[in-house]
Amino acid sequence: MSLPGSALPAEGSTVSQPPLPRLASAYRALEHGFDAAFGAHANPLKHLGALGYMLLWLLVASGSILYIVLDTSAAGAYRSIASLADFPWMLGTALRGLHRYGADAFVVVMGMHILREWMLGRYRHWRRAIWWTGVPLVGLAFVSAVGGFWLNWDRLGQYSVVATAEWLDTLPFLGAPLARNFLGDISLSDRLFTLFIFIHIGMPLLMVFGLWFHTQRISLAKVFPPRPLAWGTFITLLLLALVLPIQSQGPADLRSAPTALALDWWLLFIHPLVDATSATTVWVLLILTFGLLALLPLWPGRAREEVAVVYPEHCSGCSRCFDDCPYSAISMVPHTNGKPGMRLALVNSDLCASCGICAGACPSSTPFRSAEQLVTGIDMPQWPINDLRAQLIQSLQAMPGPVRYVVFGCAQGTHSKLQAPDVLHFKLVCAGALPPSFIEYALRHGADGVLVNGCREGGCEYRLGQRWTAERLSGEREPYLRRSVPQNRWHIAWTDAGDERALAAALDTLRQRSQTGAPPVSEESH
Amino acid sequence: MNQALNWIGQALLYGSFAVALGVFSRWPIYHPVPDNMAQIKVSFAHHGARVAACRPYTAEEQAKMPPNMRKAEKCERERSPVSIEVDIDGKTVLAHTSPPSGLSRDGASTLYRRLNVAAGQHQIAVRFKDNQKAEAFTSKLEETVTLAPAQVLVIDFSADKGGIVLQ
Repeated sequence: MSLPGSALPAEGSTVSQPPLPRLASAYRALEHGFDAAFGAHANPLKHLGALGYMLLWLLVASGSILYIVLDTSAAGAYRSIASLADFPWMLGTALRGLHRYGADAFVVVMGMHILREWMLGRYRHWRRAIWWTGVPLVGLAFVSAVGGFWLNWDRLGQYSVVATAEWLDTLPFLGAPLARNFLGDISLSDRLFTLFIFIHIGMPLLMVFGLWFHTQRISLAKVFPPRPLAWGTFITLLLLALVLPIQSQGPADLRSAPTALALDWWLLFIHPLVDATSATTVWVLLILTFGLLALLPLWPGRAREEVAVVYPEHCSGCSRCFDDCPYSAISMVPHTNGKPGMRLALVNSDLCASCGICAGACPSSTPFRSAEQLVTGIDMPQWPINDLRAQLIQSLQAMPGPVRYVVFGCAQGTHSKLQAPDVLHFKLVCAGALPPSFIEYALRHGADGVLVNGCREGGCEYRLGQRWTAERLSGEREPYLRRSVPQNRWHIAWTDAGDERALAAALDTLRQRSQTGAPPVSEESH
Repeated sequence: MNQALNWIGQALLYGSFAVALGVFSRWPIYHPVPDNMAQIKVSFAHHGARVAACRPYTAEEQAKMPPNMRKAEKCERERSPVSIEVDIDGKTVLAHTSPPSGLSRDGASTLYRRLNVAAGQHQIAVRFKDNQKAEAFTSKLEETVTLAPAQVLVIDFSADKGGIVLQ
């Protein structure tokens, strides 16, 4: 059944607007494949940022221990690293392997994280600053990683440091060639070696600082992956470190050039690229890459939606919207009514994602209020709660019956609507925008069953909409769905685009349960 | 059954990730220097001669200076560019003039060039000029060297070591 009015976002409109929709669909299909193996909860493709954090901490931890055993002189570094192989029970081998493979894994995860957010179009509007603060981290990660090879001061480190110096020397503003520090028959000075250590350790410190900027605009940022995924990743890296130990490639000798190197292509690909092209070409490529990354959020796209509006006379200052906002766009300030201790929500329009989760969290959004015009404490002006209530009543009355089902769906997940004469399908901007009391309200006004439909776990366009909805409906988070609402008359389905059949199946389940009176066994997730 | 399939799927995906990391962290083997090739690195960091010779201050100039800053000679800061030419087996492979560094052109002239040559015996001739007013090169060296594969031969200039140095 089609719905009039403005309470809902445009049909099939996803907010992020992927640059290449087919590629985004293919990527979603890949994620769904991983959902099947890992479960949506521990799907690594949905936790790339958190995995990156975990790998960074792994690098910091393993690097700190390595620093204890490292002889920080140019003459002794190689020997001290090589001696790790002599540690009992392969502890040194494991440590060294974890550090190297952890770094490899970090850049892979970082690259996939960037690719994912780009493919899904998540770099515009309120995400712009998050994207921009991530761009320099890529450079810092590679500088630190490349610098790590120099500390070993083996043939690979020698090649990398000379290649880096020669590449940097093509910059016009350097006074004297850096590569002169590495001419044959000259032993590397300890002072220069100290600079290597500073680069390898200083860059991650800057990264941690940059990561704070990167994540401070999102609330409840996931900085550690789910435990099964964390253990799985750690054990994989540990086994790899033991099966394929990292070995030095002979001590550095500046009187001769290395002829054959087992190169770490994940981290050192830039050197062969310079050899194959030219230093200038790689500088141009680098500038273009970072320039493109930086300019991407400025690429023209769909205009930004209107942001949430606070209605002070209906805001009790309960701070549920503050707690639930996924982008830290709400702060609590003294209420304008002047009552001591009373607070008022304040929306930062730069940060607001227009997801409506705040409206779904507001206790004033209950449709049972008797006011003819339902004004809530915080609302989306383009999709007001009042319109949703009005459309629900009108549409239920207009349905011929004898049975009527209401689907409160998410516009970001399954795109198409369920087409059936007994189904009233609302597409909200996010499932989290639905005040749970609307389920009971619909049932009391003629609906035989209500299906709540949001994105798959971990795939919420607005990060926390799916989670908050699940917790509100299960009674773990306010505002609750009242326990008195018969469980056989409402159901949940978590589906993404491409899961239309699963959504239809969930509706069939609801039909059966509501008619037989049996409570649902569990929510349906695909 | 489903649980077993999930475990197998996870093992395959973790394994694929490990294989990708392990393989490309060491393979394919990279050859920075082709077989039977050696490298010659031509490099120097050297102050060229002063463009203008030092001259005594005139009495009038001395009088204008504060008493504590009076000096006997006035020396212009600008340095001459430094030129180098390198011949290998009679063929000029490098001819370069490096300007002095610094905004006042009073810093050292520098150069770093890497040349790949076949390993074996070579006749090397180096000509160096650090004063562009001089008609001839100020320093020359001719030597026959035998380079082993992957050997790095450095051609440098060091006034302390008597001029052009092959090491």
